[in-house]
Amino acid sequence: MKLLTHNMLTSHVKGVKNGFPLRILARKVEVRQIDFNPNFITRMIPRIDWSVLRAAAENLGHGQGLPESPPEEYESQEDFLKSAHHVLMEVEVLEGDLECPESGRKFPVTEGIPNMLLREDEV
Amino acid sequence: MARQPLKTYLCLFAQQHPEFRLPELLSLASVTKSEVKFDELSYSKTNPLLLVHFPSEESACRIAARSLLIRSLFELWGSGRNHDELEASVNKLPSEFTDRYRRSDYTFKVVVRGFSRKCSAEKQLQLYERLSYLPLAGKVNLSNPDYEFHLLEDYGDNPNEAPMEPHRVFVGRLISHGQRHLIQKYAVKNRHFIGNTSMDAQLSLIMANMAQVKEGSLVFDPFVGTGSLLVAGAHFGGFGMGADIDYPLIHGRGRASRAGAESKWRGKDENVSSNLRQYGLADRYLDVLVADAAKNVWRQGELFDAIITDPPYGIREGRRKIWVKKYTKPSPT
Ligand SMILES: C[S@@+](CC[C@H](N)C(=O)[O-])C[C@H]1O[C@@H](n2cnc3c(N)ncnc32)[C@H](O)[C@@H]1O
Repeated sequence: MKLLTHNMLTSHVKGVKNGFPLRILARKVEVRQIDFNPNFITRMIPRIDWSVLRAAAENLGHGQGLPESPPEEYESQEDFLKSAHHVLMEVEVLEGDLECPESGRKFPVTEGIPNMLLREDEV
Repeated sequence: MARQPLKTYLCLFAQQHPEFRLPELLSLASVTKSEVKFDELSYSKTNPLLLVHFPSEESACRIAARSLLIRSLFELWGSGRNHDELEASVNKLPSEFTDRYRRSDYTFKVVVRGFSRKCSAEKQLQLYERLSYLPLAGKVNLSNPDYEFHLLEDYGDNPNEAPMEPHRVFVGRLISHGQRHLIQKYAVKNRHFIGNTSMDAQLSLIMANMAQVKEGSLVFDPFVGTGSLLVAGAHFGGFGMGADIDYPLIHGRGRASRAGAESKWRGKDENVSSNLRQYGLADRYLDVLVADAAKNVWRQGELFDAIITDPPYGIREGRRKIWVKKYTKPSPT
């Protein structure tokens, strides 16, 4: 699971009002090199909850060099886009849990794939 | 801003999925930001020929560079209800249009084709000779010409009741082919990871065109299966995200679906990401999740540029609930 995905996922357990962001309890994290595509990253920045991304990256030990918020005219700031690319695309949670901030329900991540299914009585 | 006058092109469509021809054309005009006009009343699903108007050859080619249902596009040189009318219409071409071809510094070939009726070799030769009025001073080169001119004869929509004489004839210069070759390139039969309902390559690519996927689009498929639609989206520059309720499928477990290999277990690397890798699109894979499309797992906000999907239908790959119990034990802490 990439942090881009984490930035968009929310818990949907019955009764939970705000399931975002899910807390990452990582057991295995890997960095995989992915081609830098500045156009794609530029398109994603406005959709990203930046403070959530930054906290998630820090939690996984990859928060170095991330500013408090995206700079103005970020589309022309290659250094910024590269560090955003790194945390959004290259840092992968392979094993661990995503914990609902309200109910504490854990969604397991195995082989890099989050399992968001709930039991009948949880939805 | 003064609008460019539109130029007329002849579009030869593929004889498949006629109901998607015009929707694909309109979507591609929108995604490539080209203007397009045609007379819908002159279009028939059973006929592959349609006159279309674009601002320029360049914008026509941008559309052909993505289209699955356009077989070829021609710059229109003339048309008529018979060969005499065709000749008269070619003779009316303004000299700015034909001057370039009155010089001898190029090579060309002429192709003669009939629709709904095959021309015999003898008839083709006659027609070819009849075309000597074309203002072409170049040298003939059949194997690798600079230009191709096509004579297209339309014998109506019904090959079983084709008349002796065509009811419309056109001459045009070939400017571009569509992307029919992608159907082979992405054929499911050569795909690494397939399932019982892997979506056909052609339809997947048409869907990505209709969804106007473009470079840098975030594409989501909530019933991702083996990811055929993400492959198609990635071909046009999209980045793919998927979800599916089938835990074993998403994890590349369970039995293989390939004919003849049903008794084998899937390989460990049979997953959506390896399907993208197979086509050199590995970097366009984002993530797949195990999730039920009926339960929203996405936070509010504008997240995706395009959602393309092929939901479960019928009994082949019905809507599932069975994995829910088996695979949702929260993991131990
Ligand atoms: C028609 S198939 C899609 C095939 C896919 N386009 C491909 O090329 O492989 C439908 C998929 O929906 C999945 N599905 C069924 N019910 C679902 C649900 N409630 N939520 C998410 N996925 C579901 C099935 O597991 C199956 O993979």
